Amino acid sequence: MNQTAMNNPRILSAVAVAGLALAAALLTTTFVRANEGPTDVQGPVILPPEIVNLPVEQAILTSPPHVPPPIHRTYAARVVVNLEIREVVARLADGVEYTFWTYGGSVPGSFIRIREGDVVEFHLNNHPSSKLPHNIDLHAVTGPGGGAASTFTAPGHSSQFTFQALNPGLYVYHCATAPVPMHIGNGMYGLILVEPKDGLPPVDKEYYVMQGEFYTTGKYGEEGMQSFDMGKAIDERPPYVVFNGAVGSLVGDKAITANVGEHVRIYFGVGGPNLTSSFHIIGEIFDKVYPEAGLSLPNRNVQTTLVPSGGACAVEFKVDVPGTFILVDHSLTRAFNKGALGMLKVAGEPNRVIYSGKEIDAVYLGAQADAGSDSAKREAELKKQIAAEIKSNPAIAGLTKEMQAEKGKQVYMGLCFACHQPDGKGLPLAFPPLAGSDFLLADRDRAIRIVLKGLTGPVTVNGQIINSAMPPQEAVLTDQQVADVLTYVYNTWGNKGDAFTSDQVKALRNQNH
Amino acid sequence: MNFLPSFRLGVLALSLLAGGSVAFARLDAKLVTIPAGVYTPLLRTTKDAAAVPVAAFLLDEKPVTNAEFLAFVTANPKWRRSQVSPLFADSSYLEHWAGDLEPGPKAPPGAPVVRVSWFAARAYARWLGQRLPTTAEWELAAAAGYTQPAGRTDEALQRDLYAWLARPVPAVLADATTARANYLGVRGLHGLVWEWVDDFNTAMVTGESRGDTGLERDLFCGAGTVGAKDPTDYAAFMRQALRSSLKANNTTTSLGFRCAKDLP
Repeated sequence: MNQTAMNNPRILSAVAVAGLALAAALLTTTFVRANEGPTDVQGPVILPPEIVNLPVEQAILTSPPHVPPPIHRTYAARVVVNLEIREVVARLADGVEYTFWTYGGSVPGSFIRIREGDVVEFHLNNHPSSKLPHNIDLHAVTGPGGGAASTFTAPGHSSQFTFQALNPGLYVYHCATAPVPMHIGNGMYGLILVEPKDGLPPVDKEYYVMQGEFYTTGKYGEEGMQSFDMGKAIDERPPYVVFNGAVGSLVGDKAITANVGEHVRIYFGVGGPNLTSSFHIIGEIFDKVYPEAGLSLPNRNVQTTLVPSGGACAVEFKVDVPGTFILVDHSLTRAFNKGALGMLKVAGEPNRVIYSGKEIDAVYLGAQADAGSDSAKREAELKKQIAAEIKSNPAIAGLTKEMQAEKGKQVYMGLCFACHQPDGKGLPLAFPPLAGSDFLLADRDRAIRIVLKGLTGPVTVNGQIINSAMPPQEAVLTDQQVADVLTYVYNTWGNKGDAFTSDQVKALRNQNH
Repeated sequence: MNFLPSFRLGVLALSLLAGGSVAFARLDAKLVTIPAGVYTPLLRTTKDAAAVPVAAFLLDEKPVTNAEFLAFVTANPKWRRSQVSPLFADSSYLEHWAGDLEPGPKAPPGAPVVRVSWFAARAYARWLGQRLPTTAEWELAAAAGYTQPAGRTDEALQRDLYAWLARPVPAVLADATTARANYLGVRGLHGLVWEWVDDFNTAMVTGESRGDTGLERDLFCGAGTVGAKDPTDYAAFMRQALRSSLKANNTTTSLGFRCAKDLP
């Protein structure tokens, strides 16, 4: 006795009274034709011979971001799809767990790839550990509910139905059991690709990405196990908007990849349950977008494409330069604050004609009208004149030198005093004096050079030979600090001299002796 | 068998003497009086009553446990796993039990019995001279909060309910007495297991004849909320969906039952 006949408790109550023998007779006769009870079981479809004789294939299912291989057949087939529903606890973000309801164990669910005209025998298996009944509404199906009523399946049961793929396209599938927003909101969606009879243009890489939002009781990033929040769902206020079921599912070593020169196709869908995506890849232009996933007439040269909840699109582009390209929902708080962000990493040689990288970093005076720009030039000239006037004014020049010497003193008392001593007299036979030093005052450039590069070996200072070593300071002091400290030394302890400028120091720093 | 309480053996002996058909009250099964009230169906057509009056009745304080169900199958061999007819219970019936008369480690004595069919649940209730609650009765009792008569506005109950809905079914269920009692003194209506009701698959079908389009489809997708009394009561939709997905011989890992009785 086939158990699938057991679908009407009232009949069966009567049967129980009447006895099993009668039950057998009654149910055998009602099995094939009966259209009664909760699962609408009608028995296997009788297929015409031309379909029965088609080759039978087991569908290859892949989890995101992978896509099953292209179909090269030039004829229709009978394709058997076995999709398992599991309710699983998995990572939603770092430290955040969630019970996802999945098709095939992943969010989005397994990618299904068939060809226009194929006759699909679809098996939906609801794992015994499931708490809830589920079903599937495939937007690729022509028929009431897209298969929903025919696949309504209690935990620990399996449903089968058959459909023919009449229209090519990339279609969303999802659970349609009440309350639908919660089933979809827990991850029950995926994509089914019905390839056109003539196939799709060949590409080098194909990827599978879906966007969906999660309505957690906790706010974004709140650690621990999170539950579905019905209030937030009804208000459409999701803490998470993510690609492929988790924050960071497409970043770092999980990023999708390509090599320079390759053509990439992304099958992009939106599970929702509510939000529409403004899908964009930062730094790429979609050479082709098949809008709303009708695979016949692409739009060309698209920046951002709008993908509705319960809809999809296919985008194609050639990657011309290496680097990391960021996938976002260009409703950008979703990318910045809620997780809607992925990465495409492109490897290969740079092409600096197409993209040079940063060439120059310069001061920018602001975008202005010509008159404003002229005015800015005039202002710069006036500043130069003022600087020249200040320099030629002896009072100001004196004050400037005094200030420079004070700064230089700070450098000296932090660095030089240990050897040359605070009073500039040095230590006999070990460190030469600076106060009244003929050697020092004889050659200004040599003085700069010694501070920058150091000096090793005997020198004669004020008649005394001192054989010592001074370490170079060019890695320690800036040009201005060298100028300041020398100005201090040249104008202290009775020494007299002009101020040093940073330009003088700079000129010598760049010399190799 | 070794954990079976001694009083249970007494019941068992009497049952066996009486051929397994005479009803005995479970000695420890406490029945709670549910006061008369009104049940508002979640989904209805314009011809259905908006409110269904429910008479006062008695309802098990907690769902039927493995220990209690063991007594039943011991007294009624045809409901043992190895002997039950596939007409009345699918192949997963009591699958987690270690043996016919041995619940084993996955089915602790005090935990609710699951993987039982509607037929088995009904037979159990009849064995005790009781019955399964109707949808209206069950929903009326389950509408109570923890600390107030209306559960829909009891935040603690709603939080526990949705937290439970968000968790997968545990490998071993908790003891039925761990469930917090609601305002009426009933435990585990929410947050423990799903429960069979007597009219589980008539919830959508209210007596008038309908076309072939089938009422069950109204539960799918957005159409699920057309005519719903409260489209924000997601948990009610989930119970409704579960009941609609079941056939009377089905069993699942999270579906048990409790008994009800008319007031004397």
